[in-house]
Amino acid sequence: MTSRKILEVRGLNVWFAGEHGTRKQVVKDVNFELYAGQCVALVGESGSGKSVTARSLVGLTGEGSTVDAQTLELEGQSLLGRSDAWWRSLRGSKIGFILQDALVSLDPLRPVGKEIGEALSLHGWGDRATRQQKVLDALADVGVPEPALRAQQRPGELSGGLRQRALIASAIALHPDIVIADEPTTALDVTVQAQVLEVLRQMLRRGTSVILISHDLAVVAKLADVILVMQGGTIVEAGTSDDVLSRPKHPYTQQLIDAIPSEHTKGTRLTRSGSHATPTLFAPSAPQGKEDTHPVLEARHIVKSFRGPGGTRRTVVKDVSFTLKRGETLGIVGESGSGKSTVARIALSLETPDSGDVRFRGQPWSDATPAAKRAIRRRISVVYQDPLSSFDPRWRVSRILTDAIALGDPGRDVDARAVELLEAVGLNASHLHQWPLRMSGGQRQRVAIARAIATNPEVIVLDEAVSALDVSIQAQILDLLSDLQTRLGVSYLFISHDLGVIHHMSDRVLVMQNGIAVEQGTADEVFYNPRHSYTQELLGSLPRLEYARLRQAVSAE
Amino acid sequence: MTVTVTNPANSIDHRKSRWRHWVLHVPVAVWLSVFIALFFIIAAAAPAALATHSPFDTDLLSALTPPTSDHWLGTDDIGRDLYSRIVWGTRESLLIGLGAMAVALSGALVLGFSAALGPKWIAEPINRILEILLAFPTLLLALLFVALLGPSASSLLISVGIGTAPGYARLIRAQALKVKGSGYVEAAWALGHTRTSVFLQHIAPNAFRPLVALVALGIGQSVVWASGLSFLGLGVAPPSPEWGALLESGKANITVAWWLEIFPGIAIVLVALSFTQIGQYIQDRLEGQTQ
Repeated sequence: MTSRKILEVRGLNVWFAGEHGTRKQVVKDVNFELYAGQCVALVGESGSGKSVTARSLVGLTGEGSTVDAQTLELEGQSLLGRSDAWWRSLRGSKIGFILQDALVSLDPLRPVGKEIGEALSLHGWGDRATRQQKVLDALADVGVPEPALRAQQRPGELSGGLRQRALIASAIALHPDIVIADEPTTALDVTVQAQVLEVLRQMLRRGTSVILISHDLAVVAKLADVILVMQGGTIVEAGTSDDVLSRPKHPYTQQLIDAIPSEHTKGTRLTRSGSHATPTLFAPSAPQGKEDTHPVLEARHIVKSFRGPGGTRRTVVKDVSFTLKRGETLGIVGESGSGKSTVARIALSLETPDSGDVRFRGQPWSDATPAAKRAIRRRISVVYQDPLSSFDPRWRVSRILTDAIALGDPGRDVDARAVELLEAVGLNASHLHQWPLRMSGGQRQRVAIARAIATNPEVIVLDEAVSALDVSIQAQILDLLSDLQTRLGVSYLFISHDLGVIHHMSDRVLVMQNGIAVEQGTADEVFYNPRHSYTQELLGSLPRLEYARLRQAVSAE
Repeated sequence: MTVTVTNPANSIDHRKSRWRHWVLHVPVAVWLSVFIALFFIIAAAAPAALATHSPFDTDLLSALTPPTSDHWLGTDDIGRDLYSRIVWGTRESLLIGLGAMAVALSGALVLGFSAALGPKWIAEPINRILEILLAFPTLLLALLFVALLGPSASSLLISVGIGTAPGYARLIRAQALKVKGSGYVEAAWALGHTRTSVFLQHIAPNAFRPLVALVALGIGQSVVWASGLSFLGLGVAPPSPEWGALLESGKANITVAWWLEIFPGIAIVLVALSFTQIGQYIQDRLEGQTQ
């Protein structure tokens, strides 16, 4: 690159203050540089130090942290030992910082235009009239249509994509040289994600440098010139985007790449470790002997509407039908608001459809009597996106599991069974007495899965069950789910917005848009030969690694 | 990226040191409140142990004596020892406070939970009634019921209980609604639990948890309300040494015997303050635990 060097980082170390005066080093000897118009990506799992590294560039490492480096220079100016006031004048004007979640980062009670204007006036930029114009320019820069109208609206009135763009606008209104984007597309739908990535690409083209922080290699592959892979606070691999993604040298990088679920990983394991060698003491989940020809779950023409504000009815599910056979996975994919979660709730009979019905093994389910429903409930269980909120805060793991066991199989030795369940999901007896609050996200989700299989169910509804997890944890959970399906013969209703995950897991796929099932078929049909324009649009906006090429490159070496 | 701070202090080995940590870190004000509360609880349980005189023995020779070494808090217009009367009056005052709280809570539990969980035709009328009741000041509401029931200790207890119930009912309703919409209640439904078991296992304990501290707060409050009504001559009548009644009977001599008003007043304030302090502390601890 011939462009000028903007940022130089040499030997960056960051410590956090721990308990009792100890210090914990969270970033160790990080080196990189950034040129104008270049995008450097920091990739790694939660706790790898990628966010802290970026935050040390804007003086936001937090109270009790210590930052030290041989060189930490922004355009020749050292960033070490600066006062808070100095950092405040730097942030926004020289370095823009885009946070992950626009909904919590923007003041819900203020019009977004005002929020952006605030950033300008903080830096003493212009007067009221020129600021107003500048705000509109910034919004237009990030591709917000009708900026004058949008500037008047509050974050709650904007869609997810517009909100995220408004947040970006507030970070770049003063045309900083560097923009730090911390997981800018996490939690966004694929089509919105594509829009946000496009905004960042435009910025790069205009000569702004971008530091992109993400755990999603596919997103990174779309934008980054240089990728830095971080693990445990150090950079384990650095190189051009092409080198790192197609010729990874460090095993951890390889592991991250392998962990990405996609069409190419179907039927394979995402993690290297072998399957859990656990005693299988599970009762067979389906009545043996006579073959049951009914599908396990069958939804016929379900329609569901809710009363919106002002008494208007909003139909969120319009005539959706599907069947789920024994041992099969049906993936339901769609963006937020497509009605897929309502379908999940109807499948669980937590909502009753307005018309149409759901049958379980040919018996009435959605319109069964409450007593009949209770008998069926334990045969259809659920795993949610946020396991923590699905556990009573007063309960430890043991109580969570024994409660479910007692419902499914009252006669058994519940304690032994609880241990058995924990082992089946890759945990052990030592986790029995833990509080879910003190467990990691992956462990919590394992407990949630243990609870879901405790009643020997025939169907498990997985509602965005892996969406909040890091890629490598997600890979472990997906592998666990595949193992359990093989061993228990359970059927999955797998709901996700993540097309890669859906393709990896599903035998058949249902695509939903605005409450309508726009397309349904086997996973390969839907993904390789999408018929509906919406499916095509979804697949088109999906950032993906050139994985096939990548595998070949690896094997050719 | 978030940096999670793991707290290992959960195993049994840590219990002992945690207990010590707890004792050392309780603020002085809370310890003081505990001692004051203990004093009044002993006074209520065994007044003879703390009193120096009989609360009813008159001694006209030493009427209206200011505080002395014999009569610690002075005497009233017929020479009864004020300290002993306050001690003997503790039982009645605290019982009225506790009783009023019990009445308030039981009413509030029924109303609050049915307003949150009941079918619409039950919940809606209850909500409207609660809103109407909340529009009245507590004292006015209590006065209304005293007027209906006639002045006596038990009517005082019921009136103050009814007067404070709507506030608690609203709190319980809000908590129950929050818990009802929570993920773990939905998970319990999905597992196939019955209504009763979801209510008993999840909704009731989780909704009531934040209110534990309010009970302590409420006892102190109720003592104040009840004393206030007695002072107005609407509760327990003299010669009972109930604190409100003490205030009422001392009223006539307020210009010559300040102690007759000041000391019962201090007793009421101390009870209210110490229970409030303890309640506040429990509340803070509980909130810290759930977050």
